[in-house]
Amino acid sequence: MATAERSSASAEVVVAPPTGWGALDLRELWAHRELLYFLTKRELQVRYAQSFFGVAWVVLQPLVLAFILALFLGHFAHTLSGQGVPAAVFAVSGLVPWLFTAAAVTNAANSLVQDAPLISKVYFPRLALPLSKALSLLIDLAIALVVLLVITFVYGVGIQSTFFLVPVFLLLGIVSAFAVGTWFAAINVKYRDVGQVVPMLVQILFFLTPILYSSTIVPEKWQYILALNPMVAVIDGVRWSLYGIDFPHPGIILVSVGSALALLVGSLIYFHRTEQYFADVV
Amino acid sequence: MRGDLAIEVTDLGKRFELGANRGGYKLLTETLAERFRTLGRPRETGEFWALRDINFEVRDGETVGIIGHNGAGKSTLFKILAKITRPTVGEARLRGRVGALLEVGTGFHPELTGRDNVFLNGAILNMSRAEISRKFEEIVEFADIGPFIDTPVKRYSSGMQLRLAFSVAAHLEPEILIVDEVLAVGDLAFQQKCLRRMESASREGRTVLFISHNLASVRTLCDRAIMLADGRIAAEGATHEVIDAYVGGIESEQHLSLRERERRGKTSGRLRFTDIWFERNGKPVDSLVTGEDQDIVLSYESPDGLPVRGANFGMTIATSSEGVPMLNLYSETTGALFERLPGSGHVRCHLPRLPLPAGQYFLNVWSDYEGEQLDAVMAAVDFTVAGGDFYGSGREPTPDHRTVLVDHAWSITGSAAEELAQSSSSSA
Repeated sequence: MATAERSSASAEVVVAPPTGWGALDLRELWAHRELLYFLTKRELQVRYAQSFFGVAWVVLQPLVLAFILALFLGHFAHTLSGQGVPAAVFAVSGLVPWLFTAAAVTNAANSLVQDAPLISKVYFPRLALPLSKALSLLIDLAIALVVLLVITFVYGVGIQSTFFLVPVFLLLGIVSAFAVGTWFAAINVKYRDVGQVVPMLVQILFFLTPILYSSTIVPEKWQYILALNPMVAVIDGVRWSLYGIDFPHPGIILVSVGSALALLVGSLIYFHRTEQYFADVV
Repeated sequence: MRGDLAIEVTDLGKRFELGANRGGYKLLTETLAERFRTLGRPRETGEFWALRDINFEVRDGETVGIIGHNGAGKSTLFKILAKITRPTVGEARLRGRVGALLEVGTGFHPELTGRDNVFLNGAILNMSRAEISRKFEEIVEFADIGPFIDTPVKRYSSGMQLRLAFSVAAHLEPEILIVDEVLAVGDLAFQQKCLRRMESASREGRTVLFISHNLASVRTLCDRAIMLADGRIAAEGATHEVIDAYVGGIESEQHLSLRERERRGKTSGRLRFTDIWFERNGKPVDSLVTGEDQDIVLSYESPDGLPVRGANFGMTIATSSEGVPMLNLYSETTGALFERLPGSGHVRCHLPRLPLPAGQYFLNVWSDYEGEQLDAVMAAVDFTVAGGDFYGSGREPTPDHRTVLVDHAWSITGSAAEELAQSSSSSA
């Protein structure tokens, strides 16, 4: 009788020893999309409820940074900015994608350790945790983009017709940030000291990314090596789409895209191989 | 998998590596240094099987209890069945939507409101948003949170938090419900409310796996029980038989020798205690059970083997943690006068319906006669009282109430007006 009552959706679940190379179960993640939604919502609510400034902080962060940088770098701004965009606009257009990436990598890297009680007490696709961190930051990114547009108009800089390509380049940045953050998250579960290194790595990457300088000032042979950091193509791409400056060489974009995809695949494989042990280790 | 089965566990085993000084995580720098030091040498790892050769089946609609001492492997089994961790060998097959409760309120966030937490916690327990919305009113009512549902949970009292968490958990309606010890916390009244919900769950034909120390509720809820000991199945069958085996401690040594023990103070030695043990239904056991009829038995002998002229016997049972005396048992005051005893024999003290709640206790024994101390052993035995159903109500007294249990009855009388005043003052 009970068998007859059972819903048709109830499939048989097999809990078996870990396998080395099982397929990544994206269907399972999809089945838990509501959990992903609530985890993302939690991120946003907690972030905005806890900080005094709330949403204002998202607006102020790039502005304050740009202001400080403009103060210190004002004299060199014209040489740094490349092709005729005011230094402030130039700096903020680089900072907006970068601040997203830095936060996404750092938050995602800590996500699993932070929610250790959840991992050891409930089953759900573990990928939902770093993913919810990255997703929640998309809201901040959107707000920051509006700030960038306002600054652009205030400085009277015209927007190119290629502006619709901005999301494409940002997507590259989102994917890379998620990939790197997720990879670190999985390593961090097992090796707790790696998490402490992440902020430092992010700091180093800040200088290896053309945020305060144009990638055109880098010698050409080095450009391809620097482009292994996908943020090079992201920031060059955003600036080009909006202002028509710093047009990235297709080869450089290709290197960045290839690097981002390699990071994504590598991180998902590593994550999937180790997630079976998370609850035992965390 | 057979058609009438909800859970099928085959040759399941889980091995842990020993030697990790922290939980299980390491430092990368440390690991690299370790690798470098032990280069070329085989790595030494200790291992330990938390579960081994576990085989059992649960049919659709059955309620099965899993009992065992701490460290017997109950939690590991739970985590495997809940998919939280993977087994090392073997497999478990589960058919139907699984709801697993290891702890109530997992993922509750203090900054979020009660409402947001209900939805988040529900999603964590694999309830759909539609399902939570549908049951929302019921959940809030069950938790008795009232107007505070839109207040951040950090402003709740711990009791309110717990009630809300329990309430979400209690509204989980999976086809297979796996519950681990969640009822061990919370106030008694609310525990019982949850137990009743769980009872109705099993009556609705849901499959329930109940992993617990709470023998009284296992006894009330479960058709069948499985006992784990040292990671293996030690007993399986009808609930009462398995519980008897559990409290009987099949493999433990039941007689504790007192011959070599230190004596307290000045004893005449006209009689010496030699052994002590417990009996239930005429069988030796190593722990006592709340509410059951049990005997404490002492064997003694006289030094010359000749009959002993006159002796009274006494015992004091005290809590292990604080040493608070709970029961004082003395033969003379019960009117049992032993004027002439055989040269060796047993002194039996029968304790009907043991009035002690679950916990750890110790026992002092002595013998005296007209101001003469014959023998005395302090803390002659440390023992466990396993929780049981003292009141025959299906509800176990909470062990944090360190008192002796006595029979009592409750009733309420009064006019309608008084009742109203009472209910409004209790809700304030």
